[in-house]
Amino acid sequence: MLEIKNMNVHFGVIHALKGISLTVNDGEIVTLIGANGAGKTTTLRTISGLKKPTDGEILLNGRDITHTTAQERVKMGISHAPEGRRVFSTMTVLENLELGAYLRKDKENIPKDLKMVYEHFPILYDRRKQAAGTLSGGEQQMLAIGRALMGRPQILFLDEPSMGLAPLLVQEIFSIIRNINSTGTTILLVEQNASMALQIAHRAYVLETGSITLSGTGAELMQSDDIRKAYLGG
Amino acid sequence: MEQLIQQVVNGISLGSIYALIALGYTMVYGIIKLINFAHGDIYMLGAYIGYFCMTTLHLGFLPSLLIAMVLCTLVGITIEKIAYKPLRNAARIAVLITAIGVSLFIEYGTMFFVGAGVRSYPAMTGLMVQKISLGSTVITMQQILIVAVTVVLMTILQFIVKKTRIGKAMRAVSLDNDAAQLMGINVDTTISFTFALGSALAGAAGILVGVYYNSINPLMGIMPGLKAFVAAVLGGIGIIPGAMIGGYLIGIVEVFVSGYGYSMYRDAVVFAILILILIIKPAGIMGRNTREKV
Ligand SMILES: Nc1ncnc2c1ncn2[C@@H]1O[C@H](COP(=O)(O)OP(=O)(O)OP(=O)(O)O)[C@@H](O)[C@H]1O
Ligand SMILES: [Mg+2]
Repeated sequence: MLEIKNMNVHFGVIHALKGISLTVNDGEIVTLIGANGAGKTTTLRTISGLKKPTDGEILLNGRDITHTTAQERVKMGISHAPEGRRVFSTMTVLENLELGAYLRKDKENIPKDLKMVYEHFPILYDRRKQAAGTLSGGEQQMLAIGRALMGRPQILFLDEPSMGLAPLLVQEIFSIIRNINSTGTTILLVEQNASMALQIAHRAYVLETGSITLSGTGAELMQSDDIRKAYLGG
Repeated sequence: MEQLIQQVVNGISLGSIYALIALGYTMVYGIIKLINFAHGDIYMLGAYIGYFCMTTLHLGFLPSLLIAMVLCTLVGITIEKIAYKPLRNAARIAVLITAIGVSLFIEYGTMFFVGAGVRSYPAMTGLMVQKISLGSTVITMQQILIVAVTVVLMTILQFIVKKTRIGKAMRAVSLDNDAAQLMGINVDTTISFTFALGSALAGAAGILVGVYYNSINPLMGIMPGLKAFVAAVLGGIGIIPGAMIGGYLIGIVEVFVSGYGYSMYRDAVVFAILILILIIKPAGIMGRNTREKV
């Protein structure tokens, strides 16, 4: 479904991504783990079209989308729940969710998807008329994911959905991610919480200072000594 | 007491003009963080377009208003495309200096075509010269016209911003440009549209002022432009209802200061308000003291 070939990204003189390649197949959950500043967010932002790569190729369903705009990529089925939630704070929960469906032509199906989002996150239904900025951090995270789902994506990017959440809520978010995936949405998941991410991921990549140093199935990486030392606390 | 009411009536009329101009300042600031110094000049162009519609073309007020709004919209969009869009990623100071350049260009360009002299709007006739007297308070038809047009335009604006797709896109872009792009919103189109709305309102303010004060000149946009900017800051820059409130407050204050015999100080008072608000509550009346976005 998604293929990145030899992508380089610079911020001025900073070489943030050093020729990374990765693949996400239809129906998979693929996770990208790595330390702070490794380049995980940059990877997602570049694939979404918010940041231009210096070179390399981005293919979506075999089509080269490297030079398309962010808007066109949304149209082609990429949805991105960004790092730090980034909900539209003074707009209501419902307005936020509606904006997630901004480009959709099939307006008649939107109420159905709204219902689906409310089923995943019942709290959002109770809060639907409330300004998004007044939600708790966890609720905002649910809103960010719900908003991304409203685009009916073929592939969903989640950037640290568990950041700042209480352990119980982290469990819940991960089980919802698994649910979303089981209904047919492919997911590229960026996480610091490596153990949770590796548990639900079909495959995983490890990013270290801009390069992919390891990849394999979630189970394989969980067994790897290096990974256990570096990311799983022994 | 009656003098007080009269001052309020006059202040609301003047305030309507400031509010209409302030809305454009605030919307453009909200979306690209630019103080568009050329905005007062769009208002001036609106006054001239209205003037030519009513004199050369002998059109009535309403068609002239619509033409002024449409042409100002086109000018606003063009300025954004030519002058500001290429600077989208430039330093803010570069864009600000460009805005001042655009402002001077419009002022002296207009002077080149229509001369530097003052021109008078055609005298109003019929219904438009009627007055309503309530005790010793006099409300002129022109004042009613100004307030009515302003209320209608603000209602339409509120509807567009709150209810329409493009209005929601405007709010989204001004809240978070990146997140808006992730929704598939075309940021360039949205910015263009914001300039269009602001310019249309400024154009309307221009023709209203022509009708109200009669005389217009190519530099007439400078002072009201600055005062409308103060109004936008007073209300909370970037906040639409704030611009409305700020506009009316500045209008009323200015009329009171002149009305009680201090007309020499009326401009100074407005700028004193700016300094005060920046010291006391920089976020403005409607503004929350938000933390800087990271
Ligand atoms: N806008 C920017 N300007 C300059 N450098 C940047 C910018 N964004 C990211 N970087 C740099 O690129 C590198 C990768 O950053 P990125 O945000 O992608 O890391 P990350 O893996 O998501 O980290 P974290 O886990 O902390 O979110 C870092 O060295 C960072 O300083
Ligand atoms: Mg990150």
